[in-house]
Amino acid sequence: MIPELGHIALILALCLALVQGVLPLVGAARGMPGWIALGPQAALGQAVLVAFAFGCLTYAYVTSDFSVLNVAENSHTLKPMLYKVSGVWGNHEGSLLLWILILVIFGAAVAAFGRNLPATLKARVLGIQGLIGVGFLSFILFTSNPFNRLLPAPLEGNGLNPLLQDPGLAFHPPFLYLGYVGFSVAFSFAVAALIEGRVDPAWARWVRPWTLAAWCFLTIGIALGSWWAYYELGWGGWWFWDPVENASFMPWLAGTALLHSAIVVEKRDTLKSWTVLLAILTFSLSLLGTFLVRSGVINSVHAFATDPTRGVFILLFLVLVVGGSLALYAFRAPALQGVGVFAPLSREGALVLNNLLLAVACAAVLLGTLYPIALDAINGAKVSVGPQYFNAVFIPLTTPLVAAVAIGPLLAWKRGDLAAALRRLLPAAVAMLIALAIGLWLLDGRSFMALLGLGLTAWLGIGALCELALRIKLFAAPASETLSRARGLPRAAWGMTVAHLGVALLVMGITVSEIWQVEVQQVMKPGETVQVGPVEYRFLGVEPYKGPNYTAQRGRFEVLEQGRVVRELRPAQRRYQQPPMETTEAAISPSLLGDLYAVVGEGDAERGWAVRLYWKPLVSWIWLGALIMALGGFLSLSDRRLRVGAPARRRSEAAAAAE
Amino acid sequence: MTRKRKRLLAVLGLLSGLGIATALVLSAFNDNLVFFHSPSDVAEKQLPAGRLFRLGGLVEAGSVKKDGLNTDFIVTDLRATIPVRYTGILPDLFREGQGVVANGRLDAEGRFVATEVLAKHDENYMPPEVADALKKSGQWHEKSGDHTKLVKPGS
Repeated sequence: MIPELGHIALILALCLALVQGVLPLVGAARGMPGWIALGPQAALGQAVLVAFAFGCLTYAYVTSDFSVLNVAENSHTLKPMLYKVSGVWGNHEGSLLLWILILVIFGAAVAAFGRNLPATLKARVLGIQGLIGVGFLSFILFTSNPFNRLLPAPLEGNGLNPLLQDPGLAFHPPFLYLGYVGFSVAFSFAVAALIEGRVDPAWARWVRPWTLAAWCFLTIGIALGSWWAYYELGWGGWWFWDPVENASFMPWLAGTALLHSAIVVEKRDTLKSWTVLLAILTFSLSLLGTFLVRSGVINSVHAFATDPTRGVFILLFLVLVVGGSLALYAFRAPALQGVGVFAPLSREGALVLNNLLLAVACAAVLLGTLYPIALDAINGAKVSVGPQYFNAVFIPLTTPLVAAVAIGPLLAWKRGDLAAALRRLLPAAVAMLIALAIGLWLLDGRSFMALLGLGLTAWLGIGALCELALRIKLFAAPASETLSRARGLPRAAWGMTVAHLGVALLVMGITVSEIWQVEVQQVMKPGETVQVGPVEYRFLGVEPYKGPNYTAQRGRFEVLEQGRVVRELRPAQRRYQQPPMETTEAAISPSLLGDLYAVVGEGDAERGWAVRLYWKPLVSWIWLGALIMALGGFLSLSDRRLRVGAPARRRSEAAAAAE
Repeated sequence: MTRKRKRLLAVLGLLSGLGIATALVLSAFNDNLVFFHSPSDVAEKQLPAGRLFRLGGLVEAGSVKKDGLNTDFIVTDLRATIPVRYTGILPDLFREGQGVVANGRLDAEGRFVATEVLAKHDENYMPPEVADALKKSGQWHEKSGDHTKLVKPGS
């Protein structure tokens, strides 16, 4: 009964989405207030209906109702409760339902919080959101219904892929989707602005919080995914340039560019058509990511759908959305004239540089991701683009980017003084030289990359602090004034500094963990010890072990520091019964200084076991840095200026009239 | 400098920057394309030793020999075979009779030295390249056991 109610709720939601996707747009075009007013109501109603449907599916999972096909295929009575719930989105149909749920929540949020948006703009934004909803709801209802029944109901379900039974991954998809789908709001604002033929600073101010929120969630989502790969796959790596990872990374790069270009629109009333284009591209890349990951074009743990009709449906939808919005853009963008004149050496110039580098990096990732697929489709040749390509492209592109991040905030709008900015960055330059000296001393100049990374970290980290110190007049004014300045500093400024510091931590983590990592692979017998970096691992043996829904061979290691046992690590090989599958469970002892990481492979008591042991210095800084970047985003989001109750468009119009 | 001249310089600088970036991307791209070959391809095309490529096929039943960390096995597309050596811990789902994809190079004796053996996430999963290689070698049977089960059982 309850699954049928969920199904009906989805059908009703589709009807409402149609209403929301058509009437407000027509109403805005013809000036019919009654139709315009339908938008918010339809958006709220849709949110309630989809949330209800999602609740129904969750209920089916929690109660292990195997008469629902989706539950029978992906759940199991023995599964812990957390994974019963996360199993809802651990499969194709459920993950799409989550996608829509987030979409309609964002739509409802625009309807609820966008009170001071001009009526026609709001109607159009909601209309576009409605159309996206129509696309995804019909996709679910016509090709991927999660409420299909399975009769007679089996007594037991198939279970969830054990690799997905993990807390990091339970929350990875929701965050990723909050990011992907959050960019739909920026997209809807961009298309609405194109229809209206108007982009101004007020528009940028309305778009920015949505973009910023989506960006923060996406950052967290990607970090969670990378963290999962690090500890669950047992390969010791944290980023593989896998197409699935790239699919989430491309919208992030475009979104980061959008975040920065929207500032230029807001402050200088220029760079408009580029910003609108970025908003369209960012969401298009999110859709492309969904398509790549969900259609089965790329085979991986994420590719739930292998049914070609689904792939064709998403592809058509993608063509329609991207093609339609770009056609509208081509038609309308020339009308979006910028006002300000551009000097290359200025804050906006630095932001343009940021945008260029991010856009090129994004295009390079796109090329590397799509080329193998395109070649396969054209002549059936199988190629792959290895991590070497991405590293070879990414490092030269991000180096100037990171270097410029320290300088940009010190340049003034309109006309910056590079020499003055560099003078103010003197402490950062000194810090960089010290870092380089330390690097040279530690490495004898063996690794150029290590020096580059260390230098950049010091330059950016200290540079960001310099900028903050200048703003609050640290040491240049009495402590009381500094304190009151710090208190008076807008949250957005704090957010920027924190986010940029996050980048510095990230670069530091990547550099140090890549260069100073120690890896030992060998066969060990119980009682043997081996030196790995600063510690010694002593192998104690392997014992059988039984978990709730698996059996395991568990290895035991003692970790010795200067002869004293400081830790015990227990990596395991698990064997799950349902579905039958083996997984490697790395044992990791994380700390800020570095992670100890142990994996045990096959073997027996006579010949010994194959083991892989690591010392990974500062590796946790990578995820810490990403989280701090997201934290900076949230700080900035809480700025009063961005609150959706903030300045109306009238002021900028008055200013424009006065000029 | 006039404003026009300044703008021209800025545009030129921008374009040359973009040009450099494009050149960088494309050359890196060319150097790092990794081709996929089946054992039949390797036999027919006389691939040179030392070039990185991906090898895919089935792990021949009874061919896996382990010696400490070294594993020797034979990859086959049921028409041609090639010996492979890998040093390190193999992924969880490495089995005799199952599909496998490995990155590596041929050595002087025609043995494929794998630097990476790819883990797959599902027991019944067949790498698409391997499925294609089997189809090409005419050895693909829709009913050959698990090979057809690209989807989870039950669906």
